[in-house]
Amino acid sequence: MKWIAAAPLAALLVLLPSLAGDFYVNLASQILIAAIFALSLNLLVGYGGMTSLGHASYLGVAAYISALLTSRYGFGHGPAAIISIAGTTAMAAFFGVIALRATGLGFLMITLALSQVLWGLAYRMSGVTNGDNGIAGLTRPMPFGISLESAASFYWFALIVASFAFLMKAIFVSSSFGSSLKGVRDQPRRMAALGFNPWMIRWLTFIYAGFWGGVSGLLYVYYNKYIHPTSLSITSSAEALLGVIAGGTGTLGGPVVGAALVLLLKNYVSAYIERWNMLLGLVFLFIVLVMPTGIVPGMRRLATALRRGSR
Amino acid sequence: MQFWIIQGLNSLSLGGLLFLLSSGFSLIFGLMRLANLTHGAFFMLGTYFGATALRSFDGLNIWVTALGAGIAVAAIGGLFERLVLTRLKTNPLGQVLVTLGMSFIISDACLLLWGGDSIPVPTPQNLQSPTRVLGFVFPTYRLVLVGCAIAAAIVLYFLLDRTRLGAMIRAGVDDPQMARAVGIPVSNLFTIVFCLGAGIAGAGGVLGGPILSAYPGLDADMLPLALIVVILGGIGSLLGAFIGSFIIGFIYTFGTALFPELAYIILFLPMIFVIAFRPQGLFGRVGA
Repeated sequence: MKWIAAAPLAALLVLLPSLAGDFYVNLASQILIAAIFALSLNLLVGYGGMTSLGHASYLGVAAYISALLTSRYGFGHGPAAIISIAGTTAMAAFFGVIALRATGLGFLMITLALSQVLWGLAYRMSGVTNGDNGIAGLTRPMPFGISLESAASFYWFALIVASFAFLMKAIFVSSSFGSSLKGVRDQPRRMAALGFNPWMIRWLTFIYAGFWGGVSGLLYVYYNKYIHPTSLSITSSAEALLGVIAGGTGTLGGPVVGAALVLLLKNYVSAYIERWNMLLGLVFLFIVLVMPTGIVPGMRRLATALRRGSR
Repeated sequence: MQFWIIQGLNSLSLGGLLFLLSSGFSLIFGLMRLANLTHGAFFMLGTYFGATALRSFDGLNIWVTALGAGIAVAAIGGLFERLVLTRLKTNPLGQVLVTLGMSFIISDACLLLWGGDSIPVPTPQNLQSPTRVLGFVFPTYRLVLVGCAIAAAIVLYFLLDRTRLGAMIRAGVDDPQMARAVGIPVSNLFTIVFCLGAGIAGAGGVLGGPILSAYPGLDADMLPLALIVVILGGIGSLLGAFIGSFIIGFIYTFGTALFPELAYIILFLPMIFVIAFRPQGLFGRVGA
């Protein structure tokens, strides 16, 4: 039943470029990238109970490594992608060791401090990162010789990666490791008493989330062909976290919906007024005060209530 | 030699400023178990208030301005605490997120009101002439700033350690439920401490103005420094905030002067060491 409902959605996603103009196709590509990013953050926030305010680090660092390797050191896109993902994952392993010394608010503060350090580096180390000017004039890769320059081809590329990412995260969450992760989130002491190693489970999840953050960073830099320190900023982390929380933590569909909403709001509002940060703050207040469990769980509860009512 | 002494003094004055910023953060965290991410924005708001007041009224006293801005920021903080944070008592994550949202709102409002250019804050006239000590020339204002931080530390210490209010706050930090049971109005204490923390940050913003000047992004520059100070010093500890502020003041100033591009990495090294070997911070209590 679920799969039959999913079929039209899948068809719509695949056929989107022939149905809509380039503007909407590009918007959809951005949503896919934001969705991969939000899903990776949700592994930490929703399934692991580790609220990170520094997830932009992985997106930004992967993007910067790829940008630097391809534009300055003459690497091909293939090796650059592998190095940047490997580097980002290694950084996640290192940051995980530091941040996971604490839990709860301590974890949040350490992830925030670490990401602010990277943001400051991207701004100040202008000899390497070009500082506030960012790195422009980047290219998109050509997998199997196919050009990704057109909106439609890039969209399909992003769709393939996003579908794979979604699948991998779904498998991760429903695996026995995913169950032990939820166990550690809810009852760390009992899990430890049962012989699990809560720290190791959290750390591996942190690395896995960093890996997918890096993947979304690569897509991000391929799409924009430009990278600026703001992609490492707290605003960038906060937008993703808002997407996760607005959509509903600990669900697979929630972060996708939430990320799409944040991105649409941002694009729509930026066309009219400059006050995106203020609006982002107000939406934060609204979501936390009015819809603390998120939109997707809220809708699901509504749907269940309606079904019960109709019987 | 001159370089080391001047940079040493700059470190001390930055450390003093950081103490004014992080003591409130640490106090709020200690009592309310709340990582107040609006704190950098409160500091910036104070700087902008101070810049506006000092530039529009000639000869206005900086201490009066700092007091006024501190009260104004404390009022804003108090409103925020009463109207928003109290609704989220059972939701610590939600509290952090609304403080983050609030910091976005404040920093964007500052950008809207004061524009994107940096606004210099004049140094008070009677403190402009340099002081000579042992043949070395010091900028007087920076010396005074260090004195301010030490005075604030002493006042806070007496407030927390010697007064009835301080005793109630300490009781609330140690065991909020028990404190409530013996009749201490803990939720009023939350408001008082939040106002106090916000007010110190706002006043600190004014006093830091002549050194830092008011610019958009000041909040994002100061917040990580406050976080690093309290992670280093131990969350909720006044002594930790004091020592941590001066350690970070020294590391950041000398790092920026000697290795400008790497200052941020140098800043984060002591934090890694402390987290690795003493996760509760230098002066933090175990389990706190």
